[in-house]
Amino acid sequence: MNLDTSDKPHLSREHVLGLLRQMVLIRRFEEKCAELYSAGKIRGFLHLYIGEEANAVGVMRALSPQDAIVATYREHGHALARGIPADKVMAEMFGKVEGCSRGRGGSMHIFDKETRFYGGNAIVAGGLPIAVGLALADKMQKRDNVTCCFFGEGAAAEGEFHESLNLAALWNLPVLFVCENNGYAMGTALDRSESQTDFCRHADAYGIPGELVDGMDVIAVEVATRHALKSIRAGNGPYFLENRTYRFRAHSMFDPELYRDKAEVEEWKERDPITGFHDRLIAASAIREDDMAKIEDEVAAEIEAAVAYAEAGKWEAIEELTRDVYTPAGEVAP
Amino acid sequence: MSDITYRDAVRSALQEALQRDDRVLLMGEDVGAYGGAYACSKGLLDEFGPDRVRDTPLSEAGFVGAGIGAALGGLRPIVEVMTVNFSLLALDQIVNNAATIRHMSGGQFSIPIVIRMSTGAGRQLAAQHSHSLENWYAHVPGIKVLAPATVTDARGMLWTALQDPDPVIIFEHVTLYNDTGPLPDGAGPVPIEGADVARAGGDVTLITYGGSLRKALAAAESLSAAGVECEVIDLRSLRPLDDATIMRSVTKTHSAVVVDECWRSVGFAAEISARITEQAFYELDAPVARVTAVEVPIPYPKHLETAATPQIDDIVAAVNRTIGRDG
Repeated sequence: MNLDTSDKPHLSREHVLGLLRQMVLIRRFEEKCAELYSAGKIRGFLHLYIGEEANAVGVMRALSPQDAIVATYREHGHALARGIPADKVMAEMFGKVEGCSRGRGGSMHIFDKETRFYGGNAIVAGGLPIAVGLALADKMQKRDNVTCCFFGEGAAAEGEFHESLNLAALWNLPVLFVCENNGYAMGTALDRSESQTDFCRHADAYGIPGELVDGMDVIAVEVATRHALKSIRAGNGPYFLENRTYRFRAHSMFDPELYRDKAEVEEWKERDPITGFHDRLIAASAIREDDMAKIEDEVAAEIEAAVAYAEAGKWEAIEELTRDVYTPAGEVAP
Repeated sequence: MSDITYRDAVRSALQEALQRDDRVLLMGEDVGAYGGAYACSKGLLDEFGPDRVRDTPLSEAGFVGAGIGAALGGLRPIVEVMTVNFSLLALDQIVNNAATIRHMSGGQFSIPIVIRMSTGAGRQLAAQHSHSLENWYAHVPGIKVLAPATVTDARGMLWTALQDPDPVIIFEHVTLYNDTGPLPDGAGPVPIEGADVARAGGDVTLITYGGSLRKALAAAESLSAAGVECEVIDLRSLRPLDDATIMRSVTKTHSAVVVDECWRSVGFAAEISARITEQAFYELDAPVARVTAVEVPIPYPKHLETAATPQIDDIVAAVNRTIGRDG
């Protein structure tokens, strides 16, 4: 890794506890979602991020509140790490009006204007051109913001991926491309779907600096993101991170996982981003033994409250079915 | 009142939009240095610079999607796609993003983008540049679809479309660019909803839009000489559709002929016909007739291209059949 020492975050106790807490929140939130899925409370597709938490948490920690986010259909972790309240996200999973997208999107389409969270895009690579446009708008309106675009490595096989990298580089736009490479495009292994499995070389082909990151290490992700943002904010155009990571759970709730060995999953679980980080912090005496129990208690209470909020939420009236297809008369676009 | 070409009407609308609002930018393939594939943006690069008159690479999904993102980010992009055939490469962005984000976000975000593209046959451009697929877009809730047929609409619809908070697609028929029409002095923005009665008449209603309007008007003139008075409706907007104007006319004439350049099967004329059947069936003296493209990819040779698309004689014949005249 090519690191400028000034990009290293100050790893205060508060800082590392914050990272740990966010990863635990995402893990427990999604474990609860899987349970609620089996109970029939959450329906449709449910794509869990379990195992990949260090990526969303490390990247979001480095971003500023005015930066924009474009994510994929596996975006619960990104939404929570960005600070969208867990109760609003859970209500969205339930399809209730209180959800962050009024229940209209569900698990795959989390949007939040307040945190500039532009979805939740369930077309692989469909979000990349939008990120380019958001960055173009910021640049043309002379706002010092960055658009951070998450996508899986499967997106690199799509034309929109290449079109977007080309546009962002050609127009020198402030886009941070974050490729979360979990090794499988749904069930198709990397080397069975990509002729080039080193994604930074794709970026390099467009003249975009890239960096390979250990996506199981939240500090490595945060440091790499800070480094990338420094370059982008200095006006050097887009930056590309390839985060090597792994999804511990199935692709969605319908996936019997015929395409990978259990041994491989177990091997990656040895590198669990939460326990690994926790153990390192304990070894370095950066946190205390009882900190984790406290985090677990707080997170359990937050999730319990989120589920209660979602349960108590309302179903939208059928009479409202066709709302939000068009903007109501008199309302002006932002 | 002065005569102006459709191309110049589009060009002056673009120029005015760029002058009136700093948030407006024009982007697309060859809109800048080349001056536009149909020369609609000639000179605008010099006037407004490469940031606001932005040449794009050949990446329809990329730059249409970037337009959507730019609209989300507070700009008012006008994205030009050379032809509706090319727009199929951007169908994902238009249908899956532009049309859905307002809804999927529970009303948090609107997409104020205008996408312009050429459509239709008549310039011997063969089967990958000549199709009329505006019905594909008119099928999709969340977008609005316009088809300016006159210089007044070509000049006036763009600004109104830019004020609309939702995605608007403007279809410009390729045979219209060189057409000339009278533009009133000081002509400005016009409403983008509602059909026009382009010619009043009491015997048959001719319903059409875009490049077929002047053919319908010519057919009406020819029929008038034979004593048949057609009322010609220019739809102007394909989504939403102005049902009231159609039904008012059909209630008066008791017969309708729909003219459009989409293919017949599952085409735009089928939708108009169905609406008349649903809303004015008992007013009809005859079945609704359709004059459409023949079901063949548009061929290159002039005589075959002409045979494949609605012509004045086809419209006259359809009217005569509808009212039971031998013609």
